[in-house]
Amino acid sequence: MMCSLALFPPPLSGDGETSQYNESNTDPSVWFEDSPALNLYFPRESLKPHSRQESSSKSAFRDHCETLYTRSAGAWCVCLSLSRTHAIPKPCLFTNPHLCLSARRDAGLSGLLNEIANSSAEVPKWLGVSSSCVLALLRWVSSFHSSLFPHLTLSSEEMTAEFSQVLDWSDCAVRSFAWHPHTQKCAVALSDDSIKIYNPKRLSLSQCATTPTLKHRLQRSVAALQWKPLCASALAVACHNCLLVWHVDPTSLSTRPSSGCAQVLSHPGHSPVTSVAWSPNGPLLVSASPRDTAMLVWDVAVESCVPLHRVGGGGVTYLSWSPDGSRVLAATPSSLFRVWETRMWTCERWPSLKGRCQSGCWSPDGSRLLFSVQGETVIYALTFTDNPGMPLMMSGGPKAATVVADLSETTLNTPDGDIMVGGEIQSLAWDPRGERLAVHVKGDAGAGRPAMIAVFKTQISPAFKLLPCGFVQGEAGTEPRLMQFNPNYQHGAQLTVCWSNGKITHVPFCFMSAGNPQPGLGGSPSLPLTQGRPADYNNQTLYTELIS
Amino acid sequence: MFSSDQSCCWFVRKVICWRAVASMAWSVLLLLPTTALFVLLIRFSLFHPILWISECLSLLTSASAIFSFILLCGVVLMVGFFNLEYYTVVPSIACSKIALLGQVLHPRQFVHSLVHCIMGVVVAWCCAFTIGGRYRSLGHSCTQDESSSGPEMCLNEYHLVLLLVGAFIGYSHSLVGVVYNMNYVSFHTMQQYKYLRFKGALPLVVKASAVQALYCLRTFLLLYFFMGYAPRAWICKTLDLNINRLTSQYYLNLPPRPLDLNINSSIHSLDSVSSLLDLSLLYHLWISGTFLLLTWYITVLLFRIFVTEVYSFPVQSTFTEDAHQCLPKVITGTQPMILKFLALQDLALLSQHSPSRRLEVFSLSQPGGHPHIWTALSKECLSLLSDLTERLVAHHDTVATNGRAKSQSTGGNKRSTTSSEGSVTSVGMEDMKTPRPGALIRTPGSVFLRSSVGAGLRTPLTIPFTPDLDSPFSSPALRRLTGPLEPQGALSPGFSSIQSPHVMRRGPKLWSASTDSQLNGSPPPSPGPAPSPSQAQLKPSFLVTFLQNRKDQVKHFLAKRMLIMYLFNKLPEASSQALFADSQVHIWALQGLSHLVAASFSEDQYGIVQTTLPTILSTLLLLQEAVDRHFKLPHTSSKPGHCSCSMGDDSYKTLRFALRSTLKTSVYRITATFGGHLHAVQMSAEHRKRLQHFLEYKE
Repeated sequence: MMCSLALFPPPLSGDGETSQYNESNTDPSVWFEDSPALNLYFPRESLKPHSRQESSSKSAFRDHCETLYTRSAGAWCVCLSLSRTHAIPKPCLFTNPHLCLSARRDAGLSGLLNEIANSSAEVPKWLGVSSSCVLALLRWVSSFHSSLFPHLTLSSEEMTAEFSQVLDWSDCAVRSFAWHPHTQKCAVALSDDSIKIYNPKRLSLSQCATTPTLKHRLQRSVAALQWKPLCASALAVACHNCLLVWHVDPTSLSTRPSSGCAQVLSHPGHSPVTSVAWSPNGPLLVSASPRDTAMLVWDVAVESCVPLHRVGGGGVTYLSWSPDGSRVLAATPSSLFRVWETRMWTCERWPSLKGRCQSGCWSPDGSRLLFSVQGETVIYALTFTDNPGMPLMMSGGPKAATVVADLSETTLNTPDGDIMVGGEIQSLAWDPRGERLAVHVKGDAGAGRPAMIAVFKTQISPAFKLLPCGFVQGEAGTEPRLMQFNPNYQHGAQLTVCWSNGKITHVPFCFMSAGNPQPGLGGSPSLPLTQGRPADYNNQTLYTELIS
Repeated sequence: MFSSDQSCCWFVRKVICWRAVASMAWSVLLLLPTTALFVLLIRFSLFHPILWISECLSLLTSASAIFSFILLCGVVLMVGFFNLEYYTVVPSIACSKIALLGQVLHPRQFVHSLVHCIMGVVVAWCCAFTIGGRYRSLGHSCTQDESSSGPEMCLNEYHLVLLLVGAFIGYSHSLVGVVYNMNYVSFHTMQQYKYLRFKGALPLVVKASAVQALYCLRTFLLLYFFMGYAPRAWICKTLDLNINRLTSQYYLNLPPRPLDLNINSSIHSLDSVSSLLDLSLLYHLWISGTFLLLTWYITVLLFRIFVTEVYSFPVQSTFTEDAHQCLPKVITGTQPMILKFLALQDLALLSQHSPSRRLEVFSLSQPGGHPHIWTALSKECLSLLSDLTERLVAHHDTVATNGRAKSQSTGGNKRSTTSSEGSVTSVGMEDMKTPRPGALIRTPGSVFLRSSVGAGLRTPLTIPFTPDLDSPFSSPALRRLTGPLEPQGALSPGFSSIQSPHVMRRGPKLWSASTDSQLNGSPPPSPGPAPSPSQAQLKPSFLVTFLQNRKDQVKHFLAKRMLIMYLFNKLPEASSQALFADSQVHIWALQGLSHLVAASFSEDQYGIVQTTLPTILSTLLLLQEAVDRHFKLPHTSSKPGHCSCSMGDDSYKTLRFALRSTLKTSVYRITATFGGHLHAVQMSAEHRKRLQHFLEYKE
């Protein structure tokens, strides 16, 4: 049996200040234990994009100085020897080489060749001709390459936006969001390339509200954030052309940690970084870039990396480490994804999808992987029954993915009239206890289908079950951009949603955990709020797996 | 004793040797494609592709090529043998230039260099043979019609240059190997299959060999241009006789005539810049050098990959005769070092990945019901960690007291010596102390002691050059002289360090016994109880003060000489690196312990881990404190730096960072698993406070 949106309870029609949640009409503002609400609001107007400044400085600079030497100085040092032999107007050499360097850093070899080919007056004829020949050859090769992998024609920013888990990344005020896995602490990456760290407990205890703001020269177009597990302070940031690991001392009162607190991890050819994932129990960090066919496994403490190359795919876009640490999902820009086994780092290929794998999430025990495919409106499931120590090749992994939920367009009747829901899936999130699954549906504004979050109840053992639960809606005219479950919510699950107007709200789901309580959490969770569970939907099992 | 010997023997015989043999076999097999590629590259001609291919094919299948291939195989086997003989899992870190010099000039290293030099010549000869043409032989007949009618042998300088390049690259390979610790075998955090690991590392090896060959070639050409006359003349002179003899055999009927290799008359003379910068010559030399280095590097790479492969020891065995091969037995041994490393690696992996083997660790012995396995494993891990703590504390104390003494000491020129000497004494003492019998040989400087060689075999030459004793002023003789003057430590900064409480506690065991005996002329019977400093203070003999003054004078004199200071100055960071040289062991011990403890929360049926938990926590917290203090020292950088990519493995330089991060993660792993239950564990108030920080995620 498969679950579809038609079985969902229709969303409420109210459009108040806060997000709506149907299951229990609880107070949707954030509810941390013993701490004030953490409702964040980042209006887009208050954030100046950093990249715009850079481009303006570049154009301003180019007006001033137009020699071949300076234009290509940043690109290649080869140019230095080339142009030394020719006449260089002296003043331009001294105008502002640093600016030039920063402006031209991305140009590379093709940039250099382009400059040489275009400035026929300054270089000898043979050099101009040969460089334009080489340039044509390069372009031909790259066009051939990008006909195989169309995503390579995108610019870095477009690529990050394309493969990000955030809906409409480039327009979004909140670029990324990450809860700390062990404490009530979160990091928010904003579109002005800064990262803010909020610690609600600190806010309540000491009146000095220190929210450290992390800024770094290399921290541009942040695509993903993740806190290191089993550590208080390390935060990995996937940036434009490198990976930053911040060490933010939790006891420090400084609001602007210096850039010396950040480790810069970069590898040639590995940009833009679109996804990072820490191993849940170790020091390893994997990072992915759509331009690099290799997935990099970093040993962050010693800043060394091991590239894991495999043929096919043309890059890696999204990574997700299973909570038990035994497997990693690696999606590629083409219709292929891999599941790596982390003991001996072998992988299993899953080709022949309809599109690329857009998102995926693991069940808390690492035995089940749910994923969505671009262009399709269904959720697939893979089940791994083997014991996690064995390599995938030897033990029988799953042979085929099964469809567990269908989120195609459906019309729901509400008191206010019919509304359309459903569409492609942007991202998936499973709460750390495995009881709720949030599905971010992309929607289609033109067709009158808003982007929204559908929530399923899930059960993992003894059999895998999916039950419809409800929708999460925001204020009128806003759509969810990004969502994440809070791993430290004691009373159930708590979904943090970033909205298109720059607000971040938290939607609690309170329930008694059906499974055994997690060790160290201090007994069974108390129930602060009543469970308003709609009775009609209580008994429907919409996806049940038959255990053979 | 016997059992440890036996265990060492079985492991080396059954595992290490086979791994080495397998790696050599693979390198010989890989020699085939490498040679084919080399032939293709070296005979490359752009304009005659068909001729090029057919020539290469005929060359590869000719009998003479097979002969040179066999030679190459011999060389590769020899390199493999040297890898096996010289490898080490604990790198030797030279703390000063003089220590480095000592390593380079060590007899063992000399043999290494010499053999590699010769092998370089052999490979170069094979290359010359393969290239053919003008490189084929050392001499060639050049007829100079106007001077004499007979055949005159001239030196073929191309051949000579190629051979010399081979020798030079061989020697520099050996030399660079010492400087960059190429014999150091590092273990990886990520486990991968051997094939995949090799495949991943191959491009880097090719790049490294090409780059290294280029650098070597540059240096060689410079050397040859300025000093090439010497080998040329020498070869001519020595071969003169040979060729004379040969020719006299062949041309018996000819009248005896002095045949000489005529250098100057040769048109192929290579003593001008333009002739040396011949593109085709450079290309041939470069490709040959790359080929030479590539085959050797591949051998090294394969050896490293094979020897560091995970070995799964049984946790317990049903048969008593196999008991010495089980993990709890093996992990406590010290020799060979690689055995201990592999055992700890296995422990770390089993604690992380295999629940069934963890259950064996948590099991009780069948008659008696004692947790022998867990006790043995945890005890060994804890003693390793507390050893490291002691080492760090001692180091820190000397550095700290040194800072105080520095302010008291007079004379600005002591600045550099004080720091070196202070740490030197401490490490030296700590080193000599050997708290447990059979502790790791962790003298980081004992390069030349292969893991199988015991500490007793330390050659006299190495002693002055180990980082512990690298300062000239801390030579045993001088220490002896100043020994009784301990209370007057303010005079010499080196001695103030001894006054620190930590060192004082164990100091007397080390030096004072020998000091007294030496001074009084009586033979030292045994390291007896320490003579108290007060005794020495009572009778400061005239001789001693005189010698002390002399020593200061010598010090001043030496300190003024730039070269001496250059040689004896401590390299930055070296002492810190040396402290953590074998920290891979500690990292695994930490990982293994913390994973086992975390797993015990749900898997330990009998509660055996609980009894050790307070000890484990306090050991970890103590180590954490010591590591934190170490990283606050002024000389240590807080971030790993990176150097050039070559075949030398520099992962030992960053081990301390890995240790620091692993340590924190381990404590967090335990606190995250046990949570509030840890309040029930007995521990000191200070530790409880510290643990509370971890519980609140504030570290």
